[in-house]
Amino acid sequence: MNFDYTDDQKALKEEARRFLTAASPLTVARAVLENPGDGYDTALWGRIVEQGWCGATIPESYGGLGLGYVELCALAEELGRAVAPVPFASSIYFFAEALMLVGSEQQKSELLPLVASGELIGTLAVAEGAGVLTEARISAKVSGGRVFGTKLPVADGMAAGRAVVLAQGDDGGDTGLGLYLVDLIGEGVSREAVSNIDPTRGAARISFDGAPAELLGEASKGLETLHRIQERGAILLAFEQLGGADRCLEMARDYALERYAFGRPIGSYQAIKHKLADVFVKNEVARANAYYGAWALSTDAPELPVAAAAARVAGSAAYWMAAKEMIQTYGGIGVTWEADCHFFYRRARHLGLVIGAPRDWKRRLADSLEARVNAEKQP
Amino acid sequence: MNFDDNPQEAAYRATVRAWIEANAPDMSVLAPEERRPWQDKHKAIATVWQATKADAGYACISWPKERGGAGGTAIQEAIFNQEEARAGVQFTYFMTGQHMLLPALMEHSSDEASLARVAPAVRGDEIWCQLFSEPSSGSDSAATRTMAVRDGDHWVLNGQKVWNSGAQASDYGMVIARTDADVPKHKGLSAFWLDMKTPGLEVRPIKMMSGDSELNEVFLEDVRIPANQMIGNPGDGWKVVISTLMNERAALGSGTGLTWRDIMEVARNSPAFDGTTLEDPAFREWLADYYVGSEAIRLLSFRTLTALSHGKAPGPEGSAGKLLWATQTQELTNQAMDIQDHFGLIDDPEIAMLNGGFQHRFLWAPALRLGGGTDEIMKNIIAERVLGLPGDVRVDKAVPFREIPTGR
Repeated sequence: MNFDYTDDQKALKEEARRFLTAASPLTVARAVLENPGDGYDTALWGRIVEQGWCGATIPESYGGLGLGYVELCALAEELGRAVAPVPFASSIYFFAEALMLVGSEQQKSELLPLVASGELIGTLAVAEGAGVLTEARISAKVSGGRVFGTKLPVADGMAAGRAVVLAQGDDGGDTGLGLYLVDLIGEGVSREAVSNIDPTRGAARISFDGAPAELLGEASKGLETLHRIQERGAILLAFEQLGGADRCLEMARDYALERYAFGRPIGSYQAIKHKLADVFVKNEVARANAYYGAWALSTDAPELPVAAAAARVAGSAAYWMAAKEMIQTYGGIGVTWEADCHFFYRRARHLGLVIGAPRDWKRRLADSLEARVNAEKQP
Repeated sequence: MNFDDNPQEAAYRATVRAWIEANAPDMSVLAPEERRPWQDKHKAIATVWQATKADAGYACISWPKERGGAGGTAIQEAIFNQEEARAGVQFTYFMTGQHMLLPALMEHSSDEASLARVAPAVRGDEIWCQLFSEPSSGSDSAATRTMAVRDGDHWVLNGQKVWNSGAQASDYGMVIARTDADVPKHKGLSAFWLDMKTPGLEVRPIKMMSGDSELNEVFLEDVRIPANQMIGNPGDGWKVVISTLMNERAALGSGTGLTWRDIMEVARNSPAFDGTTLEDPAFREWLADYYVGSEAIRLLSFRTLTALSHGKAPGPEGSAGKLLWATQTQELTNQAMDIQDHFGLIDDPEIAMLNGGFQHRFLWAPALRLGGGTDEIMKNIIAERVLGLPGDVRVDKAVPFREIPTGR
């Protein structure tokens, strides 16, 4: 039993923090905010690639480092803390995970080395406008090996070179949703940047008009497979959320110690102390659930779906609370463009929505809990 | 991060699980109304179980053998406690002594006659209670007014204590009294242990809103305590208080009682708009939120275990666990009644769901948020000791106790 990182993992995490403190100060995120371009900082991305982080959990045989998932969780926590404006989550937690989970040998050996080396950025292109993602809401179609339809929003959609697209298949009698690999640089693809709540993580509208689409994983099992991919990625995103929430609490605490009102630091008033204690408790709830998720992910435990949903629900709630209460603690200066608070407020919202809102994950969690209790009742 | 037992831990768990299965008392002999603490038959079962554990080396596992323990590890003790809770045979009668008071006694006293009281308490032959809080000394626990005056080889105590859990059935108590009113309040306190049958001591049960009477007032009138029963030296009382309170919060935060499984059962049996409440999306969202919080309580106990296994003391994070547990419990009981609609009103054990367990717990829940440190005190501890924010402004800290203003 060990409710903590190992010493080696702690060393990796400290090294990552040192690196990101130097390479990704909030001025880097600010530059992207003010001039979004493709929604990420290419120089920072290059330096992260040089660190080898993109290949952290990719096996060495595919050009990665073959580290464990807890190591990747540690990196995610630091990337979240730094509000790093890079497409790491889309490419590593989701695109690479999709390939490793259901990719064919050929797909893996073609694409994983490119992801690990940073030459290729990947993403998921699944949503089609407002609402919870259900089978009935997907109208993108694959016909004769080509995909037609529009995806909105696609996270890091301008940065990515390849996407995993959720679409209705009709090849060879296979109907139902499938996942398809599509080259975003090739024919039949048009895309445009779309302004979104967190410009430091770009978003796009991507239209497919006959782009070549290659089945990834089993036909007709697209939604089920997507959920499995998202569960794995949700745990990694929960660490980004935790890192961000922890930093919000630290910033609020530091500000409350420096700012004086009525002759005392505002942090000496119980109105502020108790607020920040509530944030601390929420962060501990997120940490406990994220750690459990990391364990489930690294051991492929049967608890993974429950642990992932719980980590996502707790991480989303904690980051939201920590970001908004940090601004409340800062007072007026906190709501200005000039202050750094809005990076966290924006990123908290981005992370909470980008793979489905907490409401959807609560539904999934309740479904899993009910299934667990029903299974226990079987004689 | 590893939430699995290592091979030794797994082997130990298997051993104790089998032992508990073979030896645990049969709770089904009790009628529903007898399945609550301080009912005679319930207490008799708990007492036999404690002795059975002690004989087999499963009582206070991490304590030294000469004090009645088993000389085991904190991890073993935690595993046994988990398995005991899992089997539904964990009782509260001995917890005040074993989790809070006796560890403090062993830490702060070197008097052999005092330490000799530990072993019988491990066996459950003797029950201990805490005599700390006073009518004017709740959250401000150093504001003790009970006075202790030296008289030859005794101390003579006069004053009043309150919220003394189990005092009506206790053999011994640990009491905090003021031995010097001319120094600031934290410095003039001393701790003692005493026989609850000492002349001049009177216990009066307090009937709580739940109808239970396990909390008491204790009046002390010229109560004479042998001088060797002072724990540590005069003026050490505050250190003893802090030891017991930290132990208490770590124990409370571990979480016991009704769970998400129980409310799921209620939801399954409660009709909603269409179908059952279990099918109601609003309830399912609530359930998910509740589960996430209750999981955190369970998982945070592993952090305490991790600290123990590395030979470290649990930190002030225990305050977060206690805060979370108390507030979650109150929410759970309220929701369990809400989803039954009109029928949630019924608390007759013969008719109500789960024998009215949620309704009974509902009436206890406010006390959980107060006892062992209120929500507000927990938040102060987190803000000050974890986050490093300044302490509250204190007008009484450097003032001799007898000059501190008193209100109601």
